[in-house]
Amino acid sequence: MSTSDTNTSANEMYTLRVNGRDCDVQDAWIGESLLYVLRERLGLPGSKGACEQGECGSCTVIMDGSAVCSCLVLAASATGSDIHTVEGLSPDGSLTDVQSAFLEAGGVQCGFCTPGFIVAVHHLLEEIPDPSEEAIREALSGNICRCTGYGRILEAVQIVAAQRRGTV
Amino acid sequence: MVEVNLHGRALSTVISLRQVTELREWQYRPTISRLTIGAGVPYAQMESGEIARLVPALSQAARTVGSPQIRAAGTLGGNLGTCSPAGDGLPVLAALDAIIHVIGPDGARDIEWADFMVGVKKNSLLPGEFVHSVSLPVLEGWQGYAKVGTRNAMVIATASACLVRDSDEGLVTVALGAVGPTVIRCRQAEKWLASTIDLRHGAALDADIANEFGRRVRLEALPIDDHRSTAEYRRHAVGVLATRLLVRSFA
Repeated sequence: MSTSDTNTSANEMYTLRVNGRDCDVQDAWIGESLLYVLRERLGLPGSKGACEQGECGSCTVIMDGSAVCSCLVLAASATGSDIHTVEGLSPDGSLTDVQSAFLEAGGVQCGFCTPGFIVAVHHLLEEIPDPSEEAIREALSGNICRCTGYGRILEAVQIVAAQRRGTV
Repeated sequence: MVEVNLHGRALSTVISLRQVTELREWQYRPTISRLTIGAGVPYAQMESGEIARLVPALSQAARTVGSPQIRAAGTLGGNLGTCSPAGDGLPVLAALDAIIHVIGPDGARDIEWADFMVGVKKNSLLPGEFVHSVSLPVLEGWQGYAKVGTRNAMVIATASACLVRDSDEGLVTVALGAVGPTVIRCRQAEKWLASTIDLRHGAALDADIANEFGRRVRLEALPIDDHRSTAEYRRHAVGVLATRLLVRSFA
C-alpha cells in the first residue's frame, strides 16, 4: 500500500437501505461514517454525534437486527444492510409509546441522548418484552445520559413494558 | 473508525469484509474437541448459546466487552489486530493456548498465541496478512474470566484474568490482561500449583494454597502506572482475581 494513493477525494457512490427505502449516496468520501452520511447526506439528523468513538450510544441505529453505533460503521461498507434509525420508528412523525413514556416519566432533559435511548429501548422491548430491571440496565449500558441520572429513563421503560403487557 | 473520526486518519484503499460470510462463521469439531471461530464473529454471538457452552470463559469475557452496541460489532479479529494488552478476549486465548489462523499473500499459516502478541499493540502479522480465524480447545473442567474496571460497563480493563482448569490433564492455566506489555501467562505460578496439589476432579483446595497462588501470580505481573490506575493497585488486583478464580474452580 503506497501512501501516495491516500484517498481524499469525494467520489464514492453507493446505495444504503434506510428505514425500508433505498437511498443513493453521491460524491461521498470513502471514510465517512454511517452517522455522518445519515445526518449530512440523507437528511436524517435524528441520530446524534457526541463522542464519535462508540462510547456514548447517542448515534445508535439498528443494523441487520442489532443495535450498533453508527459512528463506528463505515457507511460505504453498509450497502446490502438493513438500517433503521430513530426516524423510522414513526414514519408519520407521531410519538411512539416509548417516546411518550420518556416524556411522561421525565426522562428527557436536554434531549441529546434521547434518540439513542429510544432506539435502544425499542430494540430491547422487541427482544425482551418484559425485561427485569437488570436486563434493562444491561441493554441500556451503551447509552450515556449526563442529565437525568437514569432513574426516570428506567421508569419510562417499565411504564412501556407494563402498558404493552396491558397491566397499567 | 475511531482513528478516522477523531484523528483524521488518511485512508488509501479500503476493503470491506462485512459481506465475507466465511469470516463470520464458527465451527465445533467434537472429534478433535476444538472450536474454530471466524475473525468476524461478533462478541454478541459468544455471550450465550453454543459457544458459551463450549468455552465458558470466552462467553464471560464477551459479556464484559463495552456495551451491547459494541458487542454487536466487536470481534476476536479486532482484538487480535489491535493487540492491546487490555483486549478482553486475549487472556482467554492465552489461557487456552489458542491458535491463530492467518492468511496472506504467501498462503495460510498458523501462529500459536505465545508467538502472536509480541508487544503493546504489536502482533506478528506480516504485511498483507490478516486473521482468518482462531481455534481453541474445548476442555472438561471449570474456566472463568474476571475483569476489574472503573464501572460496570463500557470500560477498559484495569486488570483482568482468565483461569482454565483442565480436569483431564490436571492442569491450571492463568493469563493476565492489562498488567504488562503483553497478556501474561503465569507459568511459574501454574507449575507451582500443579506440583502442590492434585488438580484433577475431587481434590480440595485450602485457603493458604489459594492465597499463595494469588501471591505468585502477582509476582509475574508487569503492571505500570498510567492515567487509569497504579502499578501497585493492578498488582494487587490480579492476585485477588487469580485467587478468586481458583477458589471458584474448586467450588
